[in-house]
Amino acid sequence: MKDQDLAPWPQAGFDRRAFLKGSSAAAAATTLATHATQAQAQAAAPEIVGRQSRLVELKVNGKTASVRVEPRSTLLDVLRYQLQLTGAKPVSIDGSSGASTVIVDGKPIAANTTLALDCVGKSIQTVESLGGEKPDAVVSAFVHADAMQCGFCTPGFVVAVRAFLDKNPGATEEQIRSGLNGNLCRCGTYANVVMAALEVVKGGSRG
Amino acid sequence: MAKYKVIGTRPIRHDGVDKVTGRAQYTNDMALQGMAHAKILRSPHAHARVKSIDTTAAAKLPGVYAVVTGKDFPNLKDKMAELGEGSVNLAHLSANCLAHDKVLYKGHAVAAVAAVNAHVAEEALKLIKVDYEVLPSVTFVLDAMKPDAPILHPDLTTDELGKPGAGNTNIAKHLHFETGDVAVGFKQADVVVEREFKTAVVHQGYIEPHVCTVLWNQDGHVTVWTATQGSFTCRQQTAELLQIPIAKVTVVPMEIGGGFGGKIRVYLEPVAALLSRKSGRPVRLMMNRADVFEATGPTPGTFVRVKIGAKKDGTLVAGQAWLAYDAGAYPSGIIGPGCMCVFSCYEFPNAVVDGYDVCMNKPQMSAYRAPGATQAAFACEQVIDELAAKLGLDPIEFRLKNAVKEGSRRVDGPVYPKIGFIETLQAAKNHPHYKSKLTGANRGRGVAAGFWFNCGLKSSCSASVNLDGSVNLIEGSTDIGGSRASIAMQLAETLGIGATDVVPRVVDTDSIGYTDVTGGSRVTFATGLAAIECARDIIRQMSARAAEQWECKPDQVTFADGVFKGPSKSLGFKELAAIVAQTGEPVVGRATVDPQGATNGFGVHIADVEVDRDTGKVTILRYTSVQDAGTAIHPSYVEGQIQGGSVQGIGWALNEEYFYDGEGRMRNASFLDYRMPTALDLPMIEAVIVEVPNPDHPYGVRGVGETPIVPPPATVANAIHAAIGVRMTEAPISPPKVWAALKS
Repeated sequence: MKDQDLAPWPQAGFDRRAFLKGSSAAAAATTLATHATQAQAQAAAPEIVGRQSRLVELKVNGKTASVRVEPRSTLLDVLRYQLQLTGAKPVSIDGSSGASTVIVDGKPIAANTTLALDCVGKSIQTVESLGGEKPDAVVSAFVHADAMQCGFCTPGFVVAVRAFLDKNPGATEEQIRSGLNGNLCRCGTYANVVMAALEVVKGGSRG
Repeated sequence: MAKYKVIGTRPIRHDGVDKVTGRAQYTNDMALQGMAHAKILRSPHAHARVKSIDTTAAAKLPGVYAVVTGKDFPNLKDKMAELGEGSVNLAHLSANCLAHDKVLYKGHAVAAVAAVNAHVAEEALKLIKVDYEVLPSVTFVLDAMKPDAPILHPDLTTDELGKPGAGNTNIAKHLHFETGDVAVGFKQADVVVEREFKTAVVHQGYIEPHVCTVLWNQDGHVTVWTATQGSFTCRQQTAELLQIPIAKVTVVPMEIGGGFGGKIRVYLEPVAALLSRKSGRPVRLMMNRADVFEATGPTPGTFVRVKIGAKKDGTLVAGQAWLAYDAGAYPSGIIGPGCMCVFSCYEFPNAVVDGYDVCMNKPQMSAYRAPGATQAAFACEQVIDELAAKLGLDPIEFRLKNAVKEGSRRVDGPVYPKIGFIETLQAAKNHPHYKSKLTGANRGRGVAAGFWFNCGLKSSCSASVNLDGSVNLIEGSTDIGGSRASIAMQLAETLGIGATDVVPRVVDTDSIGYTDVTGGSRVTFATGLAAIECARDIIRQMSARAAEQWECKPDQVTFADGVFKGPSKSLGFKELAAIVAQTGEPVVGRATVDPQGATNGFGVHIADVEVDRDTGKVTILRYTSVQDAGTAIHPSYVEGQIQGGSVQGIGWALNEEYFYDGEGRMRNASFLDYRMPTALDLPMIEAVIVEVPNPDHPYGVRGVGETPIVPPPATVANAIHAAIGVRMTEAPISPPKVWAALKS
C-alpha cells in the first residue's frame, strides 16, 4: 500500500512510525476489550479528529454554539451529535428525502449535504426552535391536522412548510404541493400535510 | 345517539406533539456513553464464492475496536424458527446477516467493523481484503427457473406441495390449489381472456434507515435498542442466531420511522451484538440508503399468467393462474399469499393456481404491505376488466355479480366469514366520483378491487388505574401508524372514560407479555382486543372493591357507561378509582390474547388518469379509495392508512422499480433514482370508509392497513387502458413503456 493512500485517514497527523505503533496498541486494546467490563466500556473514547478539525461558532436557533468540526463534517452531524438537536434526520447521503431540512439564512436546505464550515456566520434554524411554550403556527397545524403517521419525516416537513410559507404566505394548494416536492413521506400523509399548510395560510400569522 | 362515546371520534394522537417538534426518540436519536459506531462491508458482486477474508489490517487501524465476519456466528444448520407471522430458516438468516461461504446479491454483508466513529469504521472497511471467485448471476424469475440457470444453493430441493422434490434448482417451493375442473369450466365459457403480466421488484421505502444500538454486557445480557415492527420477534431472532437464552435478550423498541413489512427480519442486531461482545462497548450500527435498497428485503418482482372464462350473462366459470415470484437470495415464501389472493375476490366454480418461489441473485424478498397480493391483483383485476368490456358490462356490476360473500369458498380452501366486499363495491358504485362524467382526450377511468386476509396472533396488555382515575396502558405492539391511540381508545371506551384519560406506552420485551409483530393489519384488532380484555379485568377488580365498600356481593355490582352500581349506591369510574387507591391493593388489569376471527378486508379503488401522448407520462386526476374497515376506531387513522396504502400503490403502478444491469447489480439505489411519489405527484386521495362490523370483535374492528395497497396498480392500468386503449401488462407503467406502447 502506498503512503499517499493513508493520507485521508482520520489520524493523518501521525507519521508512519507512530501509526504502526498506534495500530499494535489498538489491536491489543481490542483483545482486552473483549473481556472488558461495562464500566470500562463506558470509559471515554480516544479523541480522533481530522487534521484540520477546529473549533468554530455556529449560530443555531438564535444562540451561538461552539463546535469542533472537520472539513467533511456535515451540518446535520454537528446538529445531531454535538448539539443534540435530533429533529433533523439522517436518511441518505444525497438531499433526496428532505428529512434533514433546516433553515439557513431564511432558505430551506438539506443539512446532510451542507458542510458545517459553510454555515459559519449564518443563521441556522431547526425544528426545535418551532416548538416550546408558544409553538409556531405550523407546528400547531400539523398536530391538529394529524399530518403524520410514523413521524420520521415530519420535522423535515414542518421546517419545509415554515420556510415555504415565509416566502409565500398566501400560497395555494397547488403551490404548496409544488413547494413541498423535495420532501418524501412514505406513509403517504401528503393530504394532511397540505391541509395543515393551508390552515396556516388561512390563519395568516405565525401563531 | 352515537353507539360509542370514544370509538369513532378523532382525538389528537398521544404522540403527536413530540413527533411534530422532533422530540420523539428514534433509534439514531439516542446515544450511550462509550458507544462505538459500526459499518458493514458489502459484496460488490451479485454472486461469488468468498475464498478468504483478511481483516488483519482493519483490526490494526487506530480507533478500531472490533471486526467480525460470518465465522463469528454460531453454526446453525437448517433450523426453523417460528416467528408468529411465519417461520425462518436460521442458517439462511445468519448467512444473510454476514455471508458465510458465498455472497448471493450485490450488497450482501461480508464483514463488520466497530470503531470510535463512523469515519474510522469506513476507513477500516477499505482495509479488509476479500478474495472473491465471481460466479454467473441471474435476476429474472423465468431465467432462474431454467434447468441451466446459475444455482444459488447447491443443497436446495423444491418443496413440492410439502414433500421434497427435485434438487439442483432455484425453485424453493411449488404451490398448487385446485377447485372443480377448469377444463370443464373453460368449455362452458363464452368469453375467455388470457394475459401475462410482469411486475418489478419494489421497496417498502420507509424513510428511516435500519439502525440499532446493542450492548452485550459482561453478565451475558444483551440489550438491543432498535427500530422494529416486532420487538419480541427481533428478540427471538437475535437470541436464536447468537444461541443465547431468549430471556437474556432485551429489545427496547424505539419510535419507528416506517416499516410496511420491511422491519421484521433482522439484519443488523445480531451483528452489532457480536461487535459489542468483542469490543466490550455499546455499538450503534446504521445502514445508509444504498444499503437499505440493496441489502434489506424488498418485495418480489413477479411473472404472472392469468386466464379467466365467463358466460355471456357475466358469470365466471373458470380461472387459471400461474405465478412465479422472486424469492431473492433465500426462499422467502411470498408466493404463498400471492397464490391465495389471486382469485380471492370472486367466486370461481372451477379454478387452478400454481405458484413458484424462486431464488435468484437479489436480496431476500420480504413482506411489503399485503405481501404478494398486489402483484396478483395487478394480473387478475386487469383480466376481469377486459372481460367486463368484452361482455359489455359495467366493471363494478360485473364484479358485484361474482363477488365473494359470507359462505363463499376461496380457491385455496377457507370459507369466508362475514365480509363487506359487496357493500364496498356498492359504495364505490354510488360514489359521486364513479357517477361523475369524465371528459377530455387521453383521459380514462379505471376501477379495481383488492383483498387482504388480516390476522390475529398474540398480544398482551396491562394497565394500572391511578388515584385520579387516569390509566397507564402498557403494550408491546410497536406503533407505526397510530395504534397507540386506537388501542387506548378501545380501553377508554370499555372503561367509560375519555381517550385522553388513558396514557398508552409501548415498552420493552422485559416489561410486557409476548406480543407478535406489528403486521398483518392485526394490531388494532388483536392488541385492541387485549386492551378490551384488560379493561374488563379492571372492571372485575373494581366491582369487587365496590362490593367491599358497599358491603354487598360482587355480583350485585353492575357496570355500564362508566358507572358502577350497587344495590343502593353508585360511583363513577374516577370516583371509585380514588377510593380504591386509598383502601387496599392497587388495581392492575392484564390480558393476553391469541384471537381467531380477524376477518378479511376488501377495497375498491377508482382512478381518473390523463396520458401525455408525447412523453408517456400518466397523471392521476382524481383518486377514490373505498374500503370496509369493520368499525373505524379513529376514522382519521383509517383514512390515513387508506390514503397511505393508495399512495404506495400508485408509486408501484407508475414509477417504482429496481433497475438491474447485466451483472446483477441494482443501478438506482437512492431516493433520487428510485422514484417514490411526492406531494406534487398526487391529487387529494379521497378515502371512503365502509363499516360492516366484524362479529368476532366487541367493537367490530377488522384490519385496515394492508388492503389499500392492493388495488392501485390494477386500477391505474385499467384507467390507462380506458384512456388510450392500450393494455399495460408490466409494472411500473413508467413513461418510456407508455410511450413505446403508444408508438407501436
